Amino acid sequence: MEGKRLEKNCDVVVVGAGHAGCEAALAAARLGMETVMFTVSVDSIALMPCNPNIGGSSKGHLVREVDALGGEMGKNIDKTFIQSKMLNKSKGPAVHSLRAQADKQAYSTEMRKTLENQEHLTIREGEVTRLLAEEGNIKGVELYSGAVYWCRAVILCTGTYLKARCIYGDVSNATGPNGLKAANYLTDSLKELGIEIFRFKTGTPARIAGNTIDYSKMEEQFGDERIVPFSFSTDPESVQIRQKSCWLTYTNEKTHEIIRSNLDRSPLYSGVIEGTGPRYCPSIEDKVVRFADKNRHQVFIEPEGLYTNEMYIGGMSSSLPEDVQDAMYHSVPGLENAKIVKNAYAIEYDCINPRQLYPTLEFKNIKGLFSAGQFNGSSGYEEAAAQGLIAGINAAMKLKGQEMLILDRSEAYTGVLIDDLVTKENHEPYRMMTSRAEYRLLLRQDNADLRLREKGYRVGLIDEETYQKTLEKERAIEAEIKRTEHATIGGTPEVQRLLEEKGSTLLKSGTTIAELIRRPELTYEDLAPIDRDRPDLPWDVTQQVEINLKYEGYIKRQMKQVEQFKKLEAKKIPEDLDYEQVGSLRIEARQKLEAYRPVSIGQASRISGVSPADISVLLVYLEQYRRKSTKES
Amino acid sequence: METTIAAISTAMSASGIGIVRMSGPESMDVISRIYRSKNGGKNIKEVKSHTIHYGYIFDGEEVVDEVLVMVMRAPRTYTGEDTVEIDCHGGVYAMKKVLETVLRNGAQIAEPGEFTKTALLNGRMDLSQAEAVMDVIQAKSAVALKSSLQQLKGSVLRAIKEIRSSILYQIAFIESALDDPEHISLEGYPEKLRKIVDEEYEKVETLLKSADDGRMIQEGIKTVILGKPNAGKSSLLNFLVGEDRAIVTDIAGTTRDTLEEYISLHGISLRIIDTAGIRETEDVVEKIGVGKAKKMAEDADLILYVVDSSLPLDENDREIMELLGGRKSIVIYNKTDLESAVDIKELKEKTGSPVIPVSVVEETGITELEETIKKMFFHGEISFDNEVYITNARHKTALEEALESLKMVRESIETGMSEDFFSIDLMSAYESLGKIVGESVGEDLVNEIFSRFCVGK
Repeated sequence: MEGKRLEKNCDVVVVGAGHAGCEAALAAARLGMETVMFTVSVDSIALMPCNPNIGGSSKGHLVREVDALGGEMGKNIDKTFIQSKMLNKSKGPAVHSLRAQADKQAYSTEMRKTLENQEHLTIREGEVTRLLAEEGNIKGVELYSGAVYWCRAVILCTGTYLKARCIYGDVSNATGPNGLKAANYLTDSLKELGIEIFRFKTGTPARIAGNTIDYSKMEEQFGDERIVPFSFSTDPESVQIRQKSCWLTYTNEKTHEIIRSNLDRSPLYSGVIEGTGPRYCPSIEDKVVRFADKNRHQVFIEPEGLYTNEMYIGGMSSSLPEDVQDAMYHSVPGLENAKIVKNAYAIEYDCINPRQLYPTLEFKNIKGLFSAGQFNGSSGYEEAAAQGLIAGINAAMKLKGQEMLILDRSEAYTGVLIDDLVTKENHEPYRMMTSRAEYRLLLRQDNADLRLREKGYRVGLIDEETYQKTLEKERAIEAEIKRTEHATIGGTPEVQRLLEEKGSTLLKSGTTIAELIRRPELTYEDLAPIDRDRPDLPWDVTQQVEINLKYEGYIKRQMKQVEQFKKLEAKKIPEDLDYEQVGSLRIEARQKLEAYRPVSIGQASRISGVSPADISVLLVYLEQYRRKSTKES
Repeated sequence: METTIAAISTAMSASGIGIVRMSGPESMDVISRIYRSKNGGKNIKEVKSHTIHYGYIFDGEEVVDEVLVMVMRAPRTYTGEDTVEIDCHGGVYAMKKVLETVLRNGAQIAEPGEFTKTALLNGRMDLSQAEAVMDVIQAKSAVALKSSLQQLKGSVLRAIKEIRSSILYQIAFIESALDDPEHISLEGYPEKLRKIVDEEYEKVETLLKSADDGRMIQEGIKTVILGKPNAGKSSLLNFLVGEDRAIVTDIAGTTRDTLEEYISLHGISLRIIDTAGIRETEDVVEKIGVGKAKKMAEDADLILYVVDSSLPLDENDREIMELLGGRKSIVIYNKTDLESAVDIKELKEKTGSPVIPVSVVEETGITELEETIKKMFFHGEISFDNEVYITNARHKTALEEALESLKMVRESIETGMSEDFFSIDLMSAYESLGKIVGESVGEDLVNEIFSRFCVGK
């Protein structure tokens, strides 16, 4: 065997072909890196092993951001969705969020096509079992077959596959999701390299044969009449399709009784499952126990795609034994005679403590090693894709010797996501939430292109034409805001009539169109008849004009906060800072800073256990450090 | 750090003259908002650097103090930033008001060691001092945090925690509805929230008022009333407390609270330590009572010694007079409505303190007593720990911020904004109140959402 093995060279190796892996591989290849993407099964590319949808509250924002930066998820779902909804439409624009039901198979197939047609990208089936590193630098990966791929950067996107175990009742299968092969060796190699491993858990509900469901006992859930695409590049007309419905039903006391009387057989309560599960995605048994006063829980029946009649039973994930599951599902109205195709199960897997990463998603202790997705302790397809894209971009930037991309908390949900992962104590699979974004009025899904296209262009994923279009849009918005600010209007009978019609206060003296738009009860569109010099503008421009005028006060306040925030982010901490030398730090702060090694004073200030006084001490120390080093050089 | 900071930079005690110092890019803006020259003609923003200007500090339309303002522009200042020093003339109370006015108009209260830190970061100070600065920051912060919490009364602490948890619950409710709109509905919620916000607003307002008259923290001159049984100690106290011009604490709570009464005389807070206990122990062993009084007198800023002028001085009086030795005290020559049995002159000589004839029954002499206390205070004869004032100013600023945020929530509700805007300002209020009790936000919200509401697929 010695010396006789397959050896290859490339720039970037991506381990895993899920939502993180796909974005990472595409970004690296598109930026000119010779990239090889490994997967345990090429049939599992861009697989959606849990819920059949993309987006949702705050997750929809992530997809928009991925798209604005030049990623693929938004385009891919636009090609393969079967129902679409803008959530929170009655609320403020900051929390509007797109969610689309996907045809799972089509989603996977379309993504695979895109990958296959991508220059510089090779798809390769095989299990990576070992990382090859020398003196803290990544050198390559070794496969189960013994083959070695030498490379300059590796991006780990192993999802839920590391030492995966699927569990229901007392049945435990050592497989990944959907019965796919688990990856059982890589964890040991990571540990050898000194990487700290966590064990997390998540779960999925049963799938049921659609033609055995009695929909007459359920409420039909339709998609939006006018569909908004995810991608800024998709022509809105191209997505106005005939949509599939989802259905809503409820659990009841009987369901809860079945669960309660079988709790002792749950692997969660018997201690078989060791991993930490997500609080936002509780199993039905968890809900029944923790919210005992609720006598029913919602159950959403969602199609898995057009290729099958399998339905996903949203809201009822479980790891109870098969017979209990059977009784439990059948107690739900509409599911009395339903046939179960696949059992619900919990899945346990290895992932890392993400504080070992820089905000670039590169490991602090191994240069050239990046990671993204569930492997980093997050959950969700969208969270994975956003990280995958950043890791892919940064692997390429590093190899090109260019500055890596870090989005901060004031620029993108993606920035909030990564900052939270690498800065905060993380004890469960991390899910994006709109409440985690402190500057969310600025981080809207409608302005992701205005926020991020330029960054995508700078790294090289957005082409010149697209970038110019964004600049043009920006100029148009500015010009129109200015025009409305100066467009004066008097209380003519026509104007008063319109105001009365809209339930708005009549004018006593002259005002401007902008002032009228600021009234909560009026929209930009409403004023068309009285706004004589209004130019013909695309809806995405007028939408920005309206939002910027209507919420100006709030937006300005957040922008002021961002200014303060940016000052602290801009104060960089040298990579090699020895915290032992900073005498006046409290011990707890010193230990935390040593463990997290923050890149900026801003990041340091968000680490729990680091007080404002510690930050002051650090600032003084850095000044001392700076003056000493300028003197020496 | 590029914010504008302010603090009282002299001790709060001596002479009644002190300096409020402000440093940072907005210093000139802040002073121009609150300073008026004698004729109102001078624009302080346009004066030359390193010059001094006479005038007044205004809080709205109200004169706070007559002052000298020194304007020093960057970079030739201690901190290297624009710096303004306000020389206050009206005594400690006015100085405190000036600081509060400065804070209300855009400055933030300086953290321990912050002026020096700024000087160092701006290269205005030698590196050899860096170590010392770091030590001072850390040590002073620890002390400030501890004293801040210690000074906060138990009842106030509880009140703030309750308000915070009520606010947090509402934020969590809104946020879980936003995260999971198909599970949780916000129909009819704004009206409900309006009522809750009104209630919490009122509670914060009450706290702010109590901060104003020194009831929020243990602020004030520690005053002990001594005297033998039946000399009229409690009637004096009741009289002081019962008057309109005096304010009494009504916040019940810990033992610490109930032992004390708070009075405000012409803006000077007195924290009166009730020695009623002494009187009650008279039947047991008188020694115990004297012992107790001794202990209290030891850390008093001021002692009010009440003498029953209708009875000749006895052994008890002599013991008390020994206690007065070297301490600031005022002798209350009480019961002047009765026939005198004590010589005023003798009393003056023996105690070395001012003696004020008073009749609580006839309500005479009280004004003189108040005047005497005021004079002693402004002449710097009596003083107290200035850390307490700083803490109170900090708390007040935080309460005002919280109030402002709650006002914004109210406005958002009234103008029909959608619910996601409410939670932004509610969060600010939550954060501001957290500063008082020394708690940051951290993962509070996410934890609240998950523990209270059933969200998720």
